[in-house]
Amino acid sequence: MIKEIGKYFIFLGHLFINRETFKTYYKLILDECISIGLGSLFLVALVSTFMGAVTTVQTAFNMVSEFIPDYVISQVVREMIVLELAPTIIAVIYAGKVGSSMAGGLGTMRITEQIDALEVMGINSISYLVLPKIIASILMYPLLVIVAGVCGMLGGYLAGTLTGIISPNDYVYGLRTSYNEFTVVFALIKSVVFAFLVSSISSFRGYYTQGGALEVGVSTTQAVTTSVIAVLIADYLLAQLLLSK
Amino acid sequence: MIKIKNITKSFGNKLVLSEVSGVFEKGKPNLIIGASGTGKSVLLKCIVGLIRPDHGQVFYDGRDFYDSDRVTRIEVRREMGMLFQGGALFDSKTVEENVRFPLDVLTKMTRPEKRDRVNFCLKRVGLENVNSKMPSEISGGMKKRVGIARAIVNNPNYLFCDEPNSGLDPQTSILIDELIQDISEDLDITTIVVTHDMNSVMGIGEKIMFIYKGRNVWVGNNRDITHSGVKELDDFVFANKVMNSLRNH
Ligand SMILES: Nc1ncnc2c1ncn2[C@@H]1O[C@H](COP(=O)(O)OP(=O)(O)OP(=O)(O)O)[C@@H](O)[C@H]1O
Ligand SMILES: [Mg+2]
Repeated sequence: MIKEIGKYFIFLGHLFINRETFKTYYKLILDECISIGLGSLFLVALVSTFMGAVTTVQTAFNMVSEFIPDYVISQVVREMIVLELAPTIIAVIYAGKVGSSMAGGLGTMRITEQIDALEVMGINSISYLVLPKIIASILMYPLLVIVAGVCGMLGGYLAGTLTGIISPNDYVYGLRTSYNEFTVVFALIKSVVFAFLVSSISSFRGYYTQGGALEVGVSTTQAVTTSVIAVLIADYLLAQLLLSK
Repeated sequence: MIKIKNITKSFGNKLVLSEVSGVFEKGKPNLIIGASGTGKSVLLKCIVGLIRPDHGQVFYDGRDFYDSDRVTRIEVRREMGMLFQGGALFDSKTVEENVRFPLDVLTKMTRPEKRDRVNFCLKRVGLENVNSKMPSEISGGMKKRVGIARAIVNNPNYLFCDEPNSGLDPQTSILIDELIQDISEDLDITTIVVTHDMNSVMGIGEKIMFIYKGRNVWVGNNRDITHSGVKELDDFVFANKVMNSLRNH
């Protein structure tokens, strides 16, 4: 375990030594951005819309007191989505979709000697293959989180108004009441950290695959498990650091 | 010229290579032969630096590969071309992009220059009109040939081939062997070929190193190989029916 963590940090160190030219990375990063961003857009939108809808219905269900005005529902929904659901739950989805494909792709390149082929050409395979993935993740994941936030609130709106739980006016009013910008900043900080963790851990798992096709499957699963654990720990630490007064 | 000295490598407590030394000459294919699992691939990987030997030295025209700084090592690397056992083509790139790849990353050539060079190399390995195909769309033999084209595209000084003709039909095998031989002679480069194919050995074996259980047991050429007097080598050579019937005549 300790050895693995050490190896992970050495791996991160290799990202920055002896890189290729900026032009090489530029194109690689663009390609990754397109595949990561567009590839996950639909799933993220779908999941977050339903998350928002369910959160609205459940919050309404829990507010039994007559004295709580309706708009509190959408206020709660907003806080839940921005602070936790959008950055963290979507990170778990992201690990499952993007992290696993990073690990699988690198694992396959490892066992078919494509990584060796890069090394023999004198190319630093870690920085060539992994750096673009990490940078593209850090660029795209916050955008996905923003999309998730919007979709989540939209989902809440649809579920709330269509079923008559809350009136459209109350919902919008609730969203805008006692809004604190820092929650969005906090969500974006979290999303950058999570994007880095998921992409670097998944790449690490994939890159050091040993053996054959079976092991590629194993490292893919490990990539998702490890990334999710790291995300949850980081989530807790960030909340402690940035939210506790 | 590549010189190796006392290369030793073990995995865990399993000794795979033991004090292997030898010289690989310029302008011809140097063969490393031996039975399956004797450490040929590991030896090749130790030479190119993909596996670090426990101890031993590798000299590329006098440059000590393991005992030099990072910059020299990359410099030597950029003079290498390698054909892997399975081709190792980048499967997200087309044939043309695969062959062009070393030029893209390592040189400042212009687009038309690169295109000409790529087409020249593809033609050299007997492949035309496959430029836009993906690796998954071409046959195993074609993959090997694309692999060779990629290995030679940047005019290497050192060419390494791990079993260039395993899994190929005898005719294509011979074509590939001859190609490797021609390239080595024409470009006057140092070529190391790992093989266990007796056809290749008899065909292009001007310089042969026989590895047995991780040790360098015999060095010679294809004229001497049939009467080396080394029992392990005889077992290897005459395991082949054709070779055996030749011996009995
Ligand atoms: N990464 C590794 N870890 C542990 N053992 C290894 C590793 N690579 C190779 N070996 C062992 O080293 C020995 C030699 O393997 P090598 O691949 O060099 O054989 P080979 O001579 O190339 O055989 P073949 O002709 O079948 O390709 C084998 O017993 C193999 O199990
Ligand atoms: Mg081998």
